[in-house]
Amino acid sequence: MKSMSRILAILQKEVRQLRRDRLTFGMVVGLPILQMLLFGYAINTDVRNLKTAIADQANTHLSRQFVAELAQTQVIDIVATADSPQQLETLLREGAISIGVHIPHDFDRRTVDRNRAASHLLVDGSDPTVLGVANQLRSMPFGFDAVNGTRANPRTIEVRPYYNPERRTPVNIVPGLMGVILTMTMILFTAVAIVRERERGNLELLINTPVSSAELMIGKVVPYILIGMLQIALILGVGRLLFDVPVRGSVIDLYLAAFAFIAANLALGLFISTAARTQFQAMQMTVFVLLPSILLSGFMFPFEGMPRVAQWLGEALPNTHFIRLTRGIMLREASIGDLYKDLAYLLGFALVAMTGAALRFTKRLD
Amino acid sequence: MNGAFAIEARGLTKRFGDLVAVSQLDLDVPRGEIYGFLGPNGSGKSTTIRMLCGLLMPSDGKALVLDTEVPGDARRLKPRIGYMTQKFSLFGDMTVLENLQFIAEIYSYPRRERAGRIRELLERYGLQEQRTQLAGTMSGGQKQRLALACAVLHRPELLLLDEPTSAVDPQSRRDFWAALFRLAESGTTILVSTHYMDEAERCHRLAILDHGVKVADGTPAELQANTGMHVVEVVAKDPYHAQGAISEIPEVASVTQLGVRLRVLVPETHEDPTGVVDRALRAAGLDAEVSLSSATREDVFVAVTLQPRRRAAA
Repeated sequence: MKSMSRILAILQKEVRQLRRDRLTFGMVVGLPILQMLLFGYAINTDVRNLKTAIADQANTHLSRQFVAELAQTQVIDIVATADSPQQLETLLREGAISIGVHIPHDFDRRTVDRNRAASHLLVDGSDPTVLGVANQLRSMPFGFDAVNGTRANPRTIEVRPYYNPERRTPVNIVPGLMGVILTMTMILFTAVAIVRERERGNLELLINTPVSSAELMIGKVVPYILIGMLQIALILGVGRLLFDVPVRGSVIDLYLAAFAFIAANLALGLFISTAARTQFQAMQMTVFVLLPSILLSGFMFPFEGMPRVAQWLGEALPNTHFIRLTRGIMLREASIGDLYKDLAYLLGFALVAMTGAALRFTKRLD
Repeated sequence: MNGAFAIEARGLTKRFGDLVAVSQLDLDVPRGEIYGFLGPNGSGKSTTIRMLCGLLMPSDGKALVLDTEVPGDARRLKPRIGYMTQKFSLFGDMTVLENLQFIAEIYSYPRRERAGRIRELLERYGLQEQRTQLAGTMSGGQKQRLALACAVLHRPELLLLDEPTSAVDPQSRRDFWAALFRLAESGTTILVSTHYMDEAERCHRLAILDHGVKVADGTPAELQANTGMHVVEVVAKDPYHAQGAISEIPEVASVTQLGVRLRVLVPETHEDPTGVVDRALRAAGLDAEVSLSSATREDVFVAVTLQPRRRAAA
């Protein structure tokens, strides 16, 4: 009973202080929105409107149809025409275009000849993304109504992307971004919240009162759980509104996963707070966790493509498991039961970090 | 049921690595008295107070605080002691009232009496007008009064104050001490550390700490009577050279300049303290008036902190 009212007192104090700390309060709301806009709009791996020049030396009905179909894909944006492949090369070198399409004189004949390519794409290979796009263009099926009426090019490989048929980046980014934003804010807030009290001397006062370590920690952590939940609602809302990111699975499952993830991060933040002596140190340690959480969690690069050691490291990070959970629930309509391993890891992580923090945090100064 | 002493410490020692912050400290603080810790910065005052309230683990020795063993039962002790930190440690981004309410809840002060108790404290410590002011924006004296109000809110039997007046003006210091006497009259035992001599003199009893060692303890009058030193006062035209000449005398324990006067401490065992000083000044060709004086609190402090060296010299 007394214990409960002490926890409530600390909780109320935290909320009160948080409300008066405009910077932190701004970070709670501003950071997720800012990051969403940044990542949602700027990081775009679905390439469109690549600057292209066409050198159509055939200039036949068929070649003009080919150019029109290319343009229709919206992958290329025809900004110039050229007379020769040499001129295309010059434009490429100057950086005026990323792709040059050369259609030789005998284009019509080449379309029915399986041994010779009908056209050439000159590509600025210095950007691998552009090269990849060009490779995709190569395998694109073109339906030519050739003179003889048969389909000129056989259908090559057709790619059918599941779960994100339009190949829009935000659909993939937002579920991961949720993890990154929560990693940043949750760890930082808790770590700084305790270290700040130590710096200001409040802790010396608090540990001389009947408040126990556990009461102190619970009182400090609970407000941030609520803030984390609020941030998730915010991210989902903005993702829905601006980028049309769906939640195909159950929202309750998503919140369950988020709760485990928030708990893991807060526990880690508490652990950091027992190791850091100053707020600056706490921030440095947070960045130390944040960077791999962005780079090795599968958020930026596909997890399967990473070197073995990086995968091991990534496997240890809560964010890796959370991203699997969110992508599964939001995009693949998975239920939390399908992904119980990741959920179990997060809960286990929270438990271990919390125990570690409680053991390290003593009600003494030495 | 209660022993005569609020604090009994035996052989209390704290080491930080190679540094011995407090060494073999014995302490008896009678109940209901104001007990002073006098000593320069770094003499181990804060460390001792922190050990007594369980904030620091003693390297050696033990203490009985309010009949509770320390270290050990510190948790049971917390509700019965009040502690005022050297640095302002309340929440600067909360108002005076919010701070008091928070402390009341933390100490589980009976809910029904809470409002009355807080009003009483606001009035007694002159914080009624600052009620809704953020604590961080108050003056040094106001902060100190708030800190005291928070430390005594739960009516502790023992109050530990770590240099409470180091950051306030003389008027606030006087008011603060008036408040302490009031608390002592109502039965609270107070342990207060300070580096001001005049404050030490107000205590019922005090201990002088130097480099972690208790060099003297007793009532102020006892300490003043038992310095073990003659105090010779010298009024010289050229105090600078006079001081030089006097320090050459092997028997002299210390010379301190106060304006044109010099306070010279000579061990009590010496039979002719004025003579020896007078002769030395004459030999140096300096004109001065030499007379025997009685010890002031300043002399007491100098005398006791000198003791280890004097002992070594003897």
